[in-house]
Amino acid sequence: MNASIEKQRHLIDFTLASLARRKTKNLGLLLVYTLLVFVLASVSLYTHALRQEAARVLERSPEIILQRMVAGRHDLIPPGYLERIGRIRGVQTIEGRLWGYYYDPVVKANYTFMAPAAEAVRPGTLTVGPAVARSRGLAPGNTISFRAYSGKLFAFTVAGVLPHASELVSADLVLMGEADFRAFFDYPAGHHTDIALSVANPLEVRTVAAKLAAALPDSRPILREEVLRTYASVFDWREGIVLALLSAAIFAFAILAWEKASGLSAEEKREIGILKAIGWETGDVIKMKLWEGGLVSLTAFLAGFVAAYLQVFRLGAPLFEPVLKGWAVLYPRFELVPAIDGLQVATLFFFTVFPYMAAVLVPIWRTAITDPDSAMRS
Amino acid sequence: MLFQPAIIALLLAAGVAVAMLAAAAPFALQVIRQWDIASGSERQLALERRTYLFSTLAAFVMAVQLVALLLFVFNADRMAEMFVGAMCAVGTLNVNPYGFPALLAQMAVFFLAAAWLAVNHVDTRAPDYPLVRIKYALLLILLPALALTFALQLKYFLGLKADVITSCCGSLFSGDAKGLAAEVAALKPLPAMVLFYGAIAVSAGLTFFHARTQRAGYLAAAASAAAFVATLVGVLSFVSLYIYEHPNHHCPFCILKPEYGHQGYWLYVPLFAATAAGLGVGALQPFRRVSSLREVVPAVSKRLAQAATIGFLLVAAIATAMVARSNLILLE
Repeated sequence: MNASIEKQRHLIDFTLASLARRKTKNLGLLLVYTLLVFVLASVSLYTHALRQEAARVLERSPEIILQRMVAGRHDLIPPGYLERIGRIRGVQTIEGRLWGYYYDPVVKANYTFMAPAAEAVRPGTLTVGPAVARSRGLAPGNTISFRAYSGKLFAFTVAGVLPHASELVSADLVLMGEADFRAFFDYPAGHHTDIALSVANPLEVRTVAAKLAAALPDSRPILREEVLRTYASVFDWREGIVLALLSAAIFAFAILAWEKASGLSAEEKREIGILKAIGWETGDVIKMKLWEGGLVSLTAFLAGFVAAYLQVFRLGAPLFEPVLKGWAVLYPRFELVPAIDGLQVATLFFFTVFPYMAAVLVPIWRTAITDPDSAMRS
Repeated sequence: MLFQPAIIALLLAAGVAVAMLAAAAPFALQVIRQWDIASGSERQLALERRTYLFSTLAAFVMAVQLVALLLFVFNADRMAEMFVGAMCAVGTLNVNPYGFPALLAQMAVFFLAAAWLAVNHVDTRAPDYPLVRIKYALLLILLPALALTFALQLKYFLGLKADVITSCCGSLFSGDAKGLAAEVAALKPLPAMVLFYGAIAVSAGLTFFHARTQRAGYLAAAASAAAFVATLVGVLSFVSLYIYEHPNHHCPFCILKPEYGHQGYWLYVPLFAATAAGLGVGALQPFRRVSSLREVVPAVSKRLAQAATIGFLLVAAIATAMVARSNLILLE
């Protein structure tokens, strides 16, 4: 046991020394390899973090949202609807929600106006989301006026700015009192935008949704788990598409690795010739070359992964953000929570190290079978 | 659902493996027909050189298959959130009829690959390569197995539609359901414990005995296979219950989930490693009388047997720790 470990140790020793002798050639390959790992790792780290963020955001959202449909379009919930739902076993709370969009021509962006039921906002005041505060330069105590869709001008005092921690969901949010909301949008009395239901037992959610659909055929229940699943598949799909596009790069890299591994310099050939002349077997040379590939892979993988980690979690992923995140005028600024996932690392390993090793096997073998005399004579 | 990174990686690995072995197949036939170590002809020299390439290729492919099994299970577990009704790998594998066959095929390939690697390792340590023919014949047998795995995986992944309602582990591994898994799950904890600890004791004892005396190699391998089955039965019928602290939840896949601290990997990784090592002992036994392997086979099979002993003891220790830490009381 110890003898074989010792042998491998000496092989590594020799390989490192021989790698160091041909710095420029190996550095070039290492650089390209690292870059490839960096790009792929950035994509997968970033999407994973986004997926986590979406899951965290949706954790607190209601289990079921009920919308009313008229001619296939989302419509207001008329009075009496909440009562018609009545009591469904397993539903903890039913609550009609009031929200809408407002286009602000000053910053050319849409805000989400909402009248929260849980906490009362005093009449004439607003609580605004961080991105709204940023774009309009608002601070608590300021006054801001909006022209309603009816043409009337409404002035509000900013009572507070929502905390930055909630920015992913509250970036474009403007909270106001119910009376203000109804007056601002000319919202018909007793109507609601949609209904939120919270269900304690996750196993009952689908049954409750089925009951809702049966009781109110013109309604559409939207389940939280469906939203979550959609987010997960959208992010996975984006990641998969980017990786599939990058597969051309992986392929090109495999060709490069093949070329680099087969294009031996005269000096290297002589080296292998001498090794075989002094008693190395073909198997030993293959082992040595495999160690070389393994060490290069490991270095490139670690370096590329660390660089990608820094890029995504320290610098905010400037390279891939537009593709993977999507965009909006008032896009929330949020810091991604660093998360490394075993499956992602394993997948990444399959995408980079596996093609590399597969590509260099044949050239390695070709190198290893050279006859000592022909190698030294040339 | 092909555009999932892990799925692309798995299909890439399986596809490249099949391609590499297919490329090696004509050469394997040539070796089987024309290999003659005593000859000094040019053809024999060329063959000998090429064996280095194809042995390395095959070893690479097999090593990748070992990792692919882990990735397959890992991925199946993770995809559960995308299917209605799926809560763990069982749900994902049940999305279409190819899921479980793909998993079983991947497991079979895992053990075949491990056995092949053991034979290959022994062969390369003898100066006259006495097992070259057998090795390449085995490779030809492995090729259809790998191709089948690849085909099943492709079928399975192509057939994944995210809106399919699947049955979760509760309906598959509950005591009232029909089928083999349910029968096993319905086994009472006490007989299952006796079976599990008995099988582990026998296999650990036999592999230990083999490591010491070099005898009973086939028995040790058979005991390893039996211990593998017994451990899976044990996981289904009592270990999982203790982990979930729930008298009716028998799922062998949920223990891989983060909610349970990925405890399943602690159990399955040593189990698969020990079983592979134990089967490797069996795979080497036919060759212990080959003259140039008289020294090599005992040394290698001793080491494999030692690894199997340690692995099985580890499995038993980990399972016992899981049971001891649990708050569930199954046996009065």
